[in-house]
Amino acid sequence: MGRLDPLFAQTKAEGRAALIGYLPAGFPTVDDSVELLRAMVDSGCDLVEVGLPYSDPVMDGPTIQAAAETALRSGFRLRDLFRVVEAVSSAGGRAVVMTYWNPVHRYGVDAFARDLAAAGGLGMITPDLIPDEAGDWIAASQAHDLDRIFLVAPSSSEERIALTTAASSGFVYATAVMGVTGARDAVGSAAEGLVARTRAHTTLPIGVGLGVRSGAQAAQVAGFADAVIVGSALVTSASSGVGAVRELATDLAEGVRKTPTTIG
Amino acid sequence: MTGPADNGSAAKGSADQGSADKDGQVPEHDPHAPGPHDPDGRGHFGPYGGRFMPEALIGALDELSAEYDKARLDPEFTDEFARLLRDYAGRPSLLTEAPRFAEHAGGARVFLKREDLNHTGSHKINNVLGQALLTKRMGKKRVIAETGAGQHGVATATACALMGLDCVVYMGEVDTQRQALNVARMKLLGAEVIPVTSGSRTLKDAINEALRDWVTNVDTTHYLLGTAAGGHPFPVMVRNFHKVIGIEARAQFLAQTGRLPDVVTACVGGGSNAIGIFHGFIDDPDVRLVGIEPGGKGIETGEHGATLSEGSPGMLHGALSYLLQDEDGQTIEAYSISAGLDYPGVGPEHSWLKDTARAEYRSVTDAEAMHAFQLLSRTEGVIPAIESSHALAGALKLGQELGPDAFILVNLSGRGDKDMDTAAKYFGFYEES
Repeated sequence: MGRLDPLFAQTKAEGRAALIGYLPAGFPTVDDSVELLRAMVDSGCDLVEVGLPYSDPVMDGPTIQAAAETALRSGFRLRDLFRVVEAVSSAGGRAVVMTYWNPVHRYGVDAFARDLAAAGGLGMITPDLIPDEAGDWIAASQAHDLDRIFLVAPSSSEERIALTTAASSGFVYATAVMGVTGARDAVGSAAEGLVARTRAHTTLPIGVGLGVRSGAQAAQVAGFADAVIVGSALVTSASSGVGAVRELATDLAEGVRKTPTTIG
Repeated sequence: MTGPADNGSAAKGSADQGSADKDGQVPEHDPHAPGPHDPDGRGHFGPYGGRFMPEALIGALDELSAEYDKARLDPEFTDEFARLLRDYAGRPSLLTEAPRFAEHAGGARVFLKREDLNHTGSHKINNVLGQALLTKRMGKKRVIAETGAGQHGVATATACALMGLDCVVYMGEVDTQRQALNVARMKLLGAEVIPVTSGSRTLKDAINEALRDWVTNVDTTHYLLGTAAGGHPFPVMVRNFHKVIGIEARAQFLAQTGRLPDVVTACVGGGSNAIGIFHGFIDDPDVRLVGIEPGGKGIETGEHGATLSEGSPGMLHGALSYLLQDEDGQTIEAYSISAGLDYPGVGPEHSWLKDTARAEYRSVTDAEAMHAFQLLSRTEGVIPAIESSHALAGALKLGQELGPDAFILVNLSGRGDKDMDTAAKYFGFYEES
């Protein structure tokens, strides 16, 4: 039983996709990030991904790279992550952490899982950890009852999709395009095909991320995915303040409710 | 019985490289053959290595692994690689004794493996020729690479020109300034050089940017990684392309001296030249293998790149290995006067060699390296790369420790022409004129 199962049961019952919003902890400061993440929850994000700022974010485009640099320059420390997660959870939000693997490895995989669970976190998205290397994390996530969200990509073979979905819980993260994070005018046409290929291997919900920036795009993705994941566009709007984040999150939340979804 | 004239007979061809072996051991003839020093099937050297990479790149790494596993057993590939090393890169490179330099090394006998004499001026050409051939085998037309000092960028641009491949080189903005001449070389060879302005704007960030390009263009593009680091299969593949250094050096050393060296030393940034020469001697238990890391302004200042000496295990650029990192797992920026050595990571096999104590790692400072740089120039008429000068400084200390009976082999991994501006500033030559 995944920690995120109740969420997806609810959105499915409502005949819509879930909206998942990303923001790095500590951006632009720790306190500001708490306020921004709470605003995302209030404005309709069913789940927030709390990013861990990292010195070498090779999967991220310029927007999230710059946000991570800002957070680290303003003194973000790893322990602040748990404070941010706790602040979101205690306000009634659902949070998972999205992080490159080295900080978790350095902290100690089991200790990290323990402290994340204690802060109310529900799971972890691991963009540079594949199940093949994830023995420690699989054990720790079971011990501390956290969801493991691994990624599939358009370049993934059937064999790898089978392996990755079998190791996942909560949902599966489908990267819509081959490339780094960043808002795009069009979500990759590869996304729909990837979701279809992934469904053949799993009953887990499938979230699609990389490139979504508007309610209209969210509606389009909601037509074939169980969750719409928005990152860079929210990070960009955060630079204009909490009002801009509320506005974008509201637009996206309307987007995921627009598409008629076949029930059952 | 020393001198360049002996080099050819000792190491010409690939089938008889061990013919001069006098200690009864059978040296490894084929650098590509699978063997006991290969990582496991998922690229682990002990606990190190592996693939800490995005899923989006796993398909490309699998394709590369499959192609390399076929190619390393395919005489068509290995013969073509050997032909290019001989007829294009100019191998075998010489083994030169350095007696006037050795006077400063406690009287030990010091021998230089002259990778500086290869085409493009460093060992880097070995790996790029191998990977460029693989790129063609995979039917890819575009190559990307990172470079620090520019040696790997120049070598990659060279191989791409030779084989008709499009070439894009990522180079930290700081390094494009330190190594402007190499930027010009790459452009002349037809490569596009993209200055990287993120992070520390040096080698680490050039690799980050190359990985971002690769994940976007992986269908058409091969990432020609320049060191024995990164996700599997890069560490084992790059090592094997550089094994020729050690295989040649072992045969040449035997031919010139009738014995094996007591110590083999090489500089370690990412560690490709070191792993290449070390592997010629890895099964000779009496030969010490000593890697020399950049101590920068001194370990105590924190401004250094001594990853194995001072770091701790972590993941950077796709593999678990020693890493300069803070207590939160954030990468600490490395520093060295040498643009080719200021990298906070290191190839995973070196981590394994350290933990198993088959190799030792120590550091020398900028000042010690620059002293050796000048000393070799003035005693032997050979201007070494500043990278290689670290190994030379290490040899001076080793010689003083071991005394006049010692035989020391130094991998002179590159020539110093590219470093003239840095050196002229360091020694104040511009003020004198």
